[in-house]
Amino acid sequence: MLTRTLPRFGSRRSWHIFERNFAVYRSQWLMLVSGFFEPLFYLLSVGIGLNHLIAPQLVGGRFISYATFVAPGMLATSAMNGAVIDSIFNTFFRLKISHSYDAVLSTPLDVTDVALGEVWWALGRAAIYAASFITCMVLLGDAGSAWVVLCWPAALVTSLAFSCAGLAAATYIRSWQDFDLVTLIQLPLFLFSGTFFPITLYPHWLGAIISISPLYQSAALMRGLSLGQFDVVMLGRVAYLVALALAGLWLAARRFQRILVP
Amino acid sequence: MMDGAGREGIVVARGLTKRFGDFEAVHGIDFSIERGESFGFLGPNGAGKTSTMRMISAVSQPTSGSLSVFGLDPRDDGPEIRARLGVVPQEDTLELELTVRLNLEMFGRYFDLPRRVLRERADELLAFSQLSERADDKVDNLSGGMKRRLTIARALINRPDLLILDEPTTGLDPQARHLLWERLYRLKREGVTLIITTHYMDEAEQLCDRLVVMDRGAIVAEGTPRQLIADHSTREVVELRFGTDAHEQFERDLARFAQRIEILPDRILLYVDDGDETLREVHASGITPASALVRRSSLEDVFLRLTGRTLVD
Repeated sequence: MLTRTLPRFGSRRSWHIFERNFAVYRSQWLMLVSGFFEPLFYLLSVGIGLNHLIAPQLVGGRFISYATFVAPGMLATSAMNGAVIDSIFNTFFRLKISHSYDAVLSTPLDVTDVALGEVWWALGRAAIYAASFITCMVLLGDAGSAWVVLCWPAALVTSLAFSCAGLAAATYIRSWQDFDLVTLIQLPLFLFSGTFFPITLYPHWLGAIISISPLYQSAALMRGLSLGQFDVVMLGRVAYLVALALAGLWLAARRFQRILVP
Repeated sequence: MMDGAGREGIVVARGLTKRFGDFEAVHGIDFSIERGESFGFLGPNGAGKTSTMRMISAVSQPTSGSLSVFGLDPRDDGPEIRARLGVVPQEDTLELELTVRLNLEMFGRYFDLPRRVLRERADELLAFSQLSERADDKVDNLSGGMKRRLTIARALINRPDLLILDEPTTGLDPQARHLLWERLYRLKREGVTLIITTHYMDEAEQLCDRLVVMDRGAIVAEGTPRQLIADHSTREVVELRFGTDAHEQFERDLARFAQRIEILPDRILLYVDDGDETLREVHASGITPASALVRRSSLEDVFLRLTGRTLVD
């Protein structure tokens, strides 16, 4: 499935799904705006508020303000939230409520085009949000170094991983009630993935479990990039996120096939 | 692929089969649909009509047998086939978050049509489906009949050569149904081939040049509506009511008047060639029903004869 899927990434046909989503968003501009403000609010509240209460932290042999510590984690979180909400919520709606995918599949587009189109869209959206978030980080003085620009591609990889996983998850959702389950997974990921404090503060065994979390991998990657502290482990983190994306896409395309064109 | 008479059919199926796990929804059916024809698939729920439609639409793959649409094989040329099709699904699949106009225009983009062309076509189709005044409304706010008309208009955005309608008028009021039929006639006149599934027999009689009756995955009869009535029913039907539940007692006395007799809980049906004459004979024999009705045989009689009166699901 993947060998058939990947070469068509960004094909002309899957691009029409992007166009369609854009048309929907244009009429729901509030959602676009909220996607931009949500991370900004995080930055402002956590950054300005907690920054005064928490002493500068020693990270990699250098003291940084709490806001600088927490901002990359917020960026990772916002990339996750945007991707998960968009892919799970919208995909579920079109798959099971409006059945509009069924209509799309009666046109020259096929299941692969639909799955790729959704991922393509998630990436496009993430690109804009991540750029605006990083700009805010710089303006607020929360960027650890000029290397913070590398957080942008890292945010794209994060969005890719979570939107592919979300796409697959959406196919398992049966009704609106199941969204509670999504929150149940999303919230602890957000709270315990080393977003607010280093996981070294946890007992060793718990830290080991948390390091499996894709959000932790993303947050750690972005923190390193923001501070300009590079090491080989980062490549592993990127590989982990890419692997999650591929697994999600593979599963999603399979499930789409089974649900839409039995 | 050629049909039986050596003509080039727009859709030709031979031994077409669809299986879902252990369940065989369509088993080995043969049919051929000609260009410009309007062809009906009739059958009770679960007869395999929708599965057949989905295979013709190059959405679902046949399990076995051969199928050709526009002379192409849906297994290999799905996108090419779908580019020339219009599909009106059983349930509306409109984009609820978009306006009426955008539903048409965005859908047209899937066919790679330029925006300028789409704006013109959307105008035409809005007029065609009498939705021009609602163009900028969200689809969610439309009535059932309007949504149905929009679904049909949407299926026409790529000017299809073949339009597939799966129960197009289910759930519509009589006004909306007649409007739709009138629109479908217009399309047919313009040379569009129509494939229609329905379980409204009057709709089939109105719209279909030729039809097949499906039951439990197989085709049980085929022909023009008139031919089917001639082959599977009598010219007329006499309906007798006796104001009692004990209809069985009349069966023996009445059977000799008719080619076929059917005893129902509320009435007795006599299948005959001349209804008035039969009714006179019944009265002459001293049997006096509480009420009597003579009518022409309809496709519904054929349908019930072929697929039975018991509920399938």
